Amino acid sequence: MKLLSVRGVSKRFGGLQALEDVSFDVPQGAIKALIGPNGAGKTTLFNLISGFLRPDQGSVVFGGTEVLGLAPHQIAARGMARTFQQIRLFPRMTVLENILVGRHLHSRGGFLACMLNLPFTRKEERGIRETGSEILDFLGLSGQADAEAVHLPYGQQRMVELGRALACEPRILLLDEPAAGLNIRETAEMGRLISRIRGRNVTVLLVEHDMSLVMDISDDIVVLSYGQKIAEDKAHAIQKDPEVIRVYLGEGDA
Amino acid sequence: MRGRYLPVAAFAGLIVAIQMATHFTGSGYHLTQLTMSAYYSLLAIGLCLLVGYAGQISLGHAGFFAIGGYITALLTTHDLSSRAGGASRWLAKAGILSARIDLYGGELLTVHPWVACLVAVLATVGIAYAVGGPVLKLKGHYLAMATLGFGVIIYRIVLGTEFLGAADGISEVPPFAILPGLEVSGKAALRVPNYYLAWGLVIAGMVLLLNLIHSREGRALSSIHGAEDAAEAMGIPTARYKLSAFALSAAFAGLAGVLLTHYNGGIGPSEASVMKSVRYVAIVAIGGMANLWGTLLMSLLLNYLSLRGYFGTYDDAVFGAILILIMLFAPGGLLRRDLLEEVRDVFRGNGEKAS
Repeated sequence: MKLLSVRGVSKRFGGLQALEDVSFDVPQGAIKALIGPNGAGKTTLFNLISGFLRPDQGSVVFGGTEVLGLAPHQIAARGMARTFQQIRLFPRMTVLENILVGRHLHSRGGFLACMLNLPFTRKEERGIRETGSEILDFLGLSGQADAEAVHLPYGQQRMVELGRALACEPRILLLDEPAAGLNIRETAEMGRLISRIRGRNVTVLLVEHDMSLVMDISDDIVVLSYGQKIAEDKAHAIQKDPEVIRVYLGEGDA
Repeated sequence: MRGRYLPVAAFAGLIVAIQMATHFTGSGYHLTQLTMSAYYSLLAIGLCLLVGYAGQISLGHAGFFAIGGYITALLTTHDLSSRAGGASRWLAKAGILSARIDLYGGELLTVHPWVACLVAVLATVGIAYAVGGPVLKLKGHYLAMATLGFGVIIYRIVLGTEFLGAADGISEVPPFAILPGLEVSGKAALRVPNYYLAWGLVIAGMVLLLNLIHSREGRALSSIHGAEDAAEAMGIPTARYKLSAFALSAAFAGLAGVLLTHYNGGIGPSEASVMKSVRYVAIVAIGGMANLWGTLLMSLLLNYLSLRGYFGTYDDAVFGAILILIMLFAPGGLLRRDLLEEVRDVFRGNGEKAS
């Protein structure tokens, strides 16, 4: 079953055709990767899917409904969470608080109820914190719960961002270069974490440069180059695709 | 969660201690400025939520204070007895209008202070929504300039409008009987109950805001401050939250304006001046930005000193200088919440965390 369906999406920035007629599907429960050289349009595509940018043409159907033209928070409410290539943790907030923000969509106390600290908001807050601790356990970051998130080592910051997105209990999780800036050990850890996410009934679409990570964890791979889809196949087949090899390694003269 | 209300009790103790001190030293007249300081503090803590937590600057909050104050002043002083038709008699019976005798023995029929207060606060909130809608789309300097512009407009309106008293403002505003036997008024005999009423309201406001910042809604506001796009990605409708915080802080400002106007028995255009707005932001900044307690203590202290005339003719300059110095040397605010921890770390020789 298709959870996310991208159809004929195009986007132009001035004279640059960032994306041209890109289509692909993400089946329910899959881990799908989006790869391509720098400037191929991967992050632009992410921003279009999650509502941060509007495409010039095309359609994005998520969970059976068109989400194009919706605000990011409305798309998030339909069950899409994302991380950012440049880590966007909330400063002046602890690791736990960062994750608690991810529970926003699963709680409903308004300004007035929260100001009056009504019994139902107190109960809700306990539930929010329970889930928050559970996610910290899942990430193995329980020890850092009260540290200010932006002061953590880079690798752990990436994990907090992932945990914050998981706290949304999304149907699909968009990860924009989850291993960027991580060392080999941290990258392996991140890979294991992403594989375990599948166990939480979350579909994953990721953009990543680290090929070993992509090959290890993805079911399917979409390859973009200069805004166009040039290949889509199983991970092992993509490695042998001559067009992909040409784009990544350059034309062989010898 | 733990210990959220402990500082509240400590602060209440401080308020009682101050009153006791003035009582035993025979300097009860200080309570007048302390009461006025309380109402300004009500505005300051509301502004702290907006600027410190939600991260949205406003250089126009004196405008909201003045809107609240002027509306209640106008409604409670404007005599309706000359048009005593059936409607006003009916309104008088319903308690919306109230009759009283003015200074010269004439009979006055004006809007009841409770009704005036309600109208004033609701109007302030309404205007905040109307102004905030478009203006909060702006960020940083642009938002500062737009709210500054709003403040200037309100100032020029109250200064230039004849029926608002122009440069003289509105005087002879009656006391506001909040409960039987408890009225907001500047009568010397009521100094002590008014002091406790004012600070009681500030403490109630603090409890509401402390609850808010420790809830999902408070975290949502802080997340907008930190990373607006990430907040959106978490499903937080950031535009709506910014507007709500703006309106809530305006409600605090409007209520402060209403109460201080009844306490002082009048209001003048200086309450709407831009320098007042600068002063409120300076207090939030020196209080540590996202620090309700720091803001409250600084507001208590600085407003009291200012009202007692300690800053003399440099009054506005002092607050302007505070703002400049904070922005230069401690842009995160002076009494930051983590300041205490950092000081502790220094004494423990644990310097690395401070980096």
